[in-house]
Amino acid sequence: MIFSSTDYDAIRLSVQVAITATLVSLPVGFGVAYLITFVRFRGKVLLEVLVNLPLTLPPVVVGYLLLLLLGRNGWLGSLLNTAGIRIIFTLKAAVIASAIVGFPLLVRSLRIGMEGIDPQLINASRTLGARWHDTLLTVILPLSAPGLVAGSSLMFARSLGEFGATIIVAGNIPGVTQTIPLAIYEYASSPTSETMALSLCIVSVAISLVVLFLHEVMAKKMARKE
Amino acid sequence: MQLAMTVQKNFGAFTLSADIAVSGDRIGIFGTSGSGKSTLVSMLAGLLEPDSGEIILDGVCLFSSARGIHLRPEKRRIAMVFQQHSLFPHLNVRNNLLYGYKRCPAEFCTVDFDTLVAVLELEPLFHRGVTNLSGGEKQRVALGRAILANPRLLLMDEPLSALDDSLRFQIIPYLKSVSEQFGIPYLFISHSLVEMRLMTDTVLAMEKGLMTGQCSSEQLARNRMGQSSAGYINLLELSSMTERDGMCAYRWQGGELLLSAGNRETTAGLFELSSKDIILFKKHPEAISARNLLHCTVAGLFESGAKLGVEMTCGAGTLVAEIVPDAARELAIEKGSVVYAAIKASAFRRLAAATSQTRP
Repeated sequence: MIFSSTDYDAIRLSVQVAITATLVSLPVGFGVAYLITFVRFRGKVLLEVLVNLPLTLPPVVVGYLLLLLLGRNGWLGSLLNTAGIRIIFTLKAAVIASAIVGFPLLVRSLRIGMEGIDPQLINASRTLGARWHDTLLTVILPLSAPGLVAGSSLMFARSLGEFGATIIVAGNIPGVTQTIPLAIYEYASSPTSETMALSLCIVSVAISLVVLFLHEVMAKKMARKE
Repeated sequence: MQLAMTVQKNFGAFTLSADIAVSGDRIGIFGTSGSGKSTLVSMLAGLLEPDSGEIILDGVCLFSSARGIHLRPEKRRIAMVFQQHSLFPHLNVRNNLLYGYKRCPAEFCTVDFDTLVAVLELEPLFHRGVTNLSGGEKQRVALGRAILANPRLLLMDEPLSALDDSLRFQIIPYLKSVSEQFGIPYLFISHSLVEMRLMTDTVLAMEKGLMTGQCSSEQLARNRMGQSSAGYINLLELSSMTERDGMCAYRWQGGELLLSAGNRETTAGLFELSSKDIILFKKHPEAISARNLLHCTVAGLFESGAKLGVEMTCGAGTLVAEIVPDAARELAIEKGSVVYAAIKASAFRRLAAATSQTRP
């Protein structure tokens, strides 16, 4: 099992995309989960539907909608183009696609974590002199940690496996946007590259196992602490 | 502490409408479950916004719908002790105690951390997590945490209801002494009349979202005697127990009371005796199975529902017995009459040991 430099690139890019997508989504996901769990406002149901929409849509549809939005003639793409920012067929597009597809899983886990927080703890914090953002950082954030870990792991794993949206919006350019799933797809299309496809599958499984193992260890550590 | 509170809050099927003007440092809010007590204190703490009305505490307007004022909870300086303790599970005892203390504006920070820790005997718990503390320890930490926030008012929302009886009456002295020692007035919420009498001077009674009266806690107990299945509860501090003929002889107000053998665990403590368990005689009975027969003078009579309460002085102590008006006529009881009160040795129930062997 000897990998070519493009295979190594695919492994590196996969991990890079998954980590970036997870890190970028975390603060946004935390904010959205907070809004849905703790704040009463009009249009909450609409927000929940929008957050969960990528979960129900085929990733290809998500990719195509992103292409329409971020493409050269798209609503946002044309604006970014005039500012000299190109998204489509770059690594940024792969990150955006992964972030959007994995976002509902992150929010869902965070929300479950936040819903488990006793509202009296938040009330106690406020009556002890903490402002809302102080309560957010000193009570809600630490108590949401199990949800945060679970959501991040799920998001990372989902990003690692992202294919449909990525291939449409980022293409399949070796060394630039080609991640493990896209490389496997390319190898699988060629009748002589079955071994390489299988090798990359093993790498993919190994990375996922490491992530899931780390998640389990951290979850157990937190449960012990409680 | 002076509190003026006129608030309305509608929850659809339940409406709370309260009009309170009260002053004092040991105020109680009494009512059954669902009467709106917790809703009322949530509005006072700023955790719930009333639909309309005004809340003024010690001259400071906390809420006014007319003037568009709604002071945020952290600005009110009203700390709470909750029914379920509500200690932060991710912080150890010390950091729980420091939570409000660190956030207290310097000009109001008068409670000394070390003094309070010593009073509540919390130092041995400092580095322990809060999840594996006993119920009594949790409540002491919750109380300490609230006091260290240096509030202008302490709200105690049924702080004892999660504890069993023995712990409950061990915690009460802490609750009272700490707020008195540090000069912090409190509002104590409970559905227990005994707790009200031990903790408060003035009681506001609530029922179905409305304030139904304001009186002393003693008066409230007497008013409710006739409708309560437990009657009026006499609270007796008994001391110097000695064993005699298989029974426990306790000193009480210069006299002696015989209690059944089950009370030999402690030498002194707080005991309750229901007004229903006292039988009155006009003359000294010839022979009687009850082990206690006290020579008493009637100090007063009061009506409570269909019953009549007889307040009697027995030596240096006071007892309240409960009789029906027919019995009062037969015995020709009036203020100044002499009666004999018979009490069974098994009628007493210990609430708390006066000198606990272990901390709660």
